[in-house]
Amino acid sequence: MIEIKDLRFAYPSGGFRLAIPSLKLKPGERVAVVGPSGTGKTTLLNLVAGIAVPEAGRITFAGEDVTGLSDGQRRTFRAREIGFVFQDFALLDYLTARENILYPFRIAAGAKLDPDARQRAEDLAAACGLAEKLDRRPGALSQGEQQRVALCRALVRSPRLILADEATGNLDPANKTAILDLLFARAEEVGATLLAVTHDHDLLPRFDRVIDFAAFQRPEVAA
Amino acid sequence: MNAIFLALAYLRFHWLRSGVLVLVAALILAVPLISQTLLEGARNTLTDRAEATPLVLGNRGSQLDLVMSTLYFSDERANPVTMAAGEAIWDSGLAVPIPLNTAFETGGARIVGTSLDYFDFRGLVLAQGRQLAILGEAVIGATVAERLGLGPGDTLVSAPQNLFDLDGVYPLELNIVGVFAPSGTPDDEAVFVDVATTWVIAGIGHGHEGVFAPDADTGDVVASAAIVEFNRITPDNIDSFHFHGDPDSYPISGLLVVPSNERDATILRGRYLDADNPLQMIVPEDVVSELVARIFRIKAVLDAVTLIVGVAAFAAIALAVFLSYRLRAREMQTAYKLGARRGIILQLLASETMILLGIAALLAMGLVAVVQSQGEGLVAWILAT
Repeated sequence: MIEIKDLRFAYPSGGFRLAIPSLKLKPGERVAVVGPSGTGKTTLLNLVAGIAVPEAGRITFAGEDVTGLSDGQRRTFRAREIGFVFQDFALLDYLTARENILYPFRIAAGAKLDPDARQRAEDLAAACGLAEKLDRRPGALSQGEQQRVALCRALVRSPRLILADEATGNLDPANKTAILDLLFARAEEVGATLLAVTHDHDLLPRFDRVIDFAAFQRPEVAA
Repeated sequence: MNAIFLALAYLRFHWLRSGVLVLVAALILAVPLISQTLLEGARNTLTDRAEATPLVLGNRGSQLDLVMSTLYFSDERANPVTMAAGEAIWDSGLAVPIPLNTAFETGGARIVGTSLDYFDFRGLVLAQGRQLAILGEAVIGATVAERLGLGPGDTLVSAPQNLFDLDGVYPLELNIVGVFAPSGTPDDEAVFVDVATTWVIAGIGHGHEGVFAPDADTGDVVASAAIVEFNRITPDNIDSFHFHGDPDSYPISGLLVVPSNERDATILRGRYLDADNPLQMIVPEDVVSELVARIFRIKAVLDAVTLIVGVAAFAAIALAVFLSYRLRAREMQTAYKLGARRGIILQLLASETMILLGIAALLAMGLVAVVQSQGEGLVAWILAT
C-alpha cells in the first residue's frame, strides 16, 4: 500500500532532519507511530500526504510515486486517497456539523457534492451518533462530538488511507475509547489503512503494529 | 458555487463584522451619489424658481438673503422694507408689485403674508377649500397639510415672538380655509395669509373688547392691559380689528416685481441702481446662478474629499478582509491538507469581497432611490432651513 524508501527530509530553516531508510504499510493495516516530541511523527504524515516534499527518496502509494507528483496532482491525490484527522479537530466554526462533514466536497478538485455524498454524510453521522446534531455548529458540540464530526469528514470520501495526528489527544478517556472504536470500525468498513500518531501508550495494543519513531533518526543525519 | 456557499456561510456567521463592512462600503458609494442627487435637485429647484421670478425689490443688503427669504422662504432674514416701496412700483405703472412678509412661522412652516396676485403669479391651484377672503385666514401648502394633518376648518397658531412679555404681541390663531395642490416648490412648505394678517401677528393691527371706561373728570376713554385682546379673528370680532400708524410704513420682507415687458423691467431696475438708494432691485436668476456656481465649486472640493475618504475606507475594508484571512490561516491550512484545489482560497476571498460589495451596492442604490423619491421634499426642506 505505502512504501517509503531512503527518505530524507529537512525543513528549509534547518535544525531538523528526518531520515527513514525503509517503511512499508499493508492495505488495511492499523499502524501506530510513537516517539518523543520533535522527532518528526507529524512530518511523516505530511510527507505521506504530499504536503511536505522530501529532499531525497521515494514514497509510493499503491504503486504511484507520490514524490514525483506536481503540487496540483498532490492536492488531488490527498483529496481522493487520504482522510485527515487532527488533534484540534480543525472544524470550521461558521459551518454546521453537516457542512463540516461535506467540506471536502466543496473545496477539493474533482469532488462532486451530489445526493449520494449527502446521504453518505448522513449515514456516517448516524453511525457516529451525530444524527440529531448535524445542524449544530461546532461551538454547540462537545469535544468528543467535534472529533466525531472531524472523523466523519475524514471518511466521507471513502479514502484508502487515514492519517490521524493525535486524534484522541484532546479527549477524555471515555471519548478516547469511543473515537478510537469509531475510527477502527469505519476504517475497516471502507478497507482503509490507518496511520496514527499517538502519545497514548494505553491505546497501542489495539493497533496491528507500532513504530517507535525514534528508530528512524540516524545519528549521522539527525540534528 | 461552493466558494460562494462558503463565503455566504462565513459572512452570515460573522454578521456584525459583515454588516459594518457593508454599511461602510454602502455609505462610501452612496454619499457621492446622494450629494450629486441633492445638489442637482437643489440646482433645478433654485434655478427654476429664480427663472420664474423676474425681479425682487428689497432693502439694500445681502442679495442672497433677499432672494432666499422672498423666493424660498428660508430662515435668512433680509432687513424689512415698507409698503411704500410697493406703492412706488404701483405708481410707476411699469409692474405689478406682490408684497411678501416672511417674518413669522407656525408649526415649523413659514407664514407668508402676501396678496392674491401671488397665487396667480405662481400658478398655485387649490386642492381643497377656498382662497383667502378675510383677515386671519390661511391657505396652507400641500406638504404642511400632510405633515401637520391639517385641512380647511382647522387652525394654526403663529409661533410666539415674545413669550415672556405679558404686555406684548400674542400669537394669532389662523383659520385654515384652503390647501394648495402640490407644486414641488417651497410654496408647498408655506402657510399663506393676507399680508395684513402678518401685521396683526406683528402687533401693528389688533382687535380687542370695546373700551367703555370714560375718565370721570376728562371724559377721555381710558384703556389698559386689562382689556382682552382677541387672538383669533372671527366674524363676530373682525370689525374690532384695526391698524395703527401709516399703512405706507408697515413692514414687509420684500416684493416680487412683475413687469409687463423687458423694457419696463429695464426702466425699473435703472431706478434702483443708485448706491445711495436704501432699496435694491435684483434679478433672482443672476443671484442664484452665482450661488449655484459657488455650490458646485464647493462640490468639486467635496468630491475630492469623498474620493480620498473613499480610497482610505476601501483600503481599510481591504485590510480588514486581509487580516481576517490571516486570522483564518489555520482554516486555509486545513483546506490545503484536505486537498483543496488550487485557487479555492482566491475564490473564497473574491466571493466574500464581491458579496460584501454587491450588498453594499444594493444598499447604496436603495439609499439613493429613497433620496431620489424624496428629493423634492428634501431639497425644499434644505432650502427652507
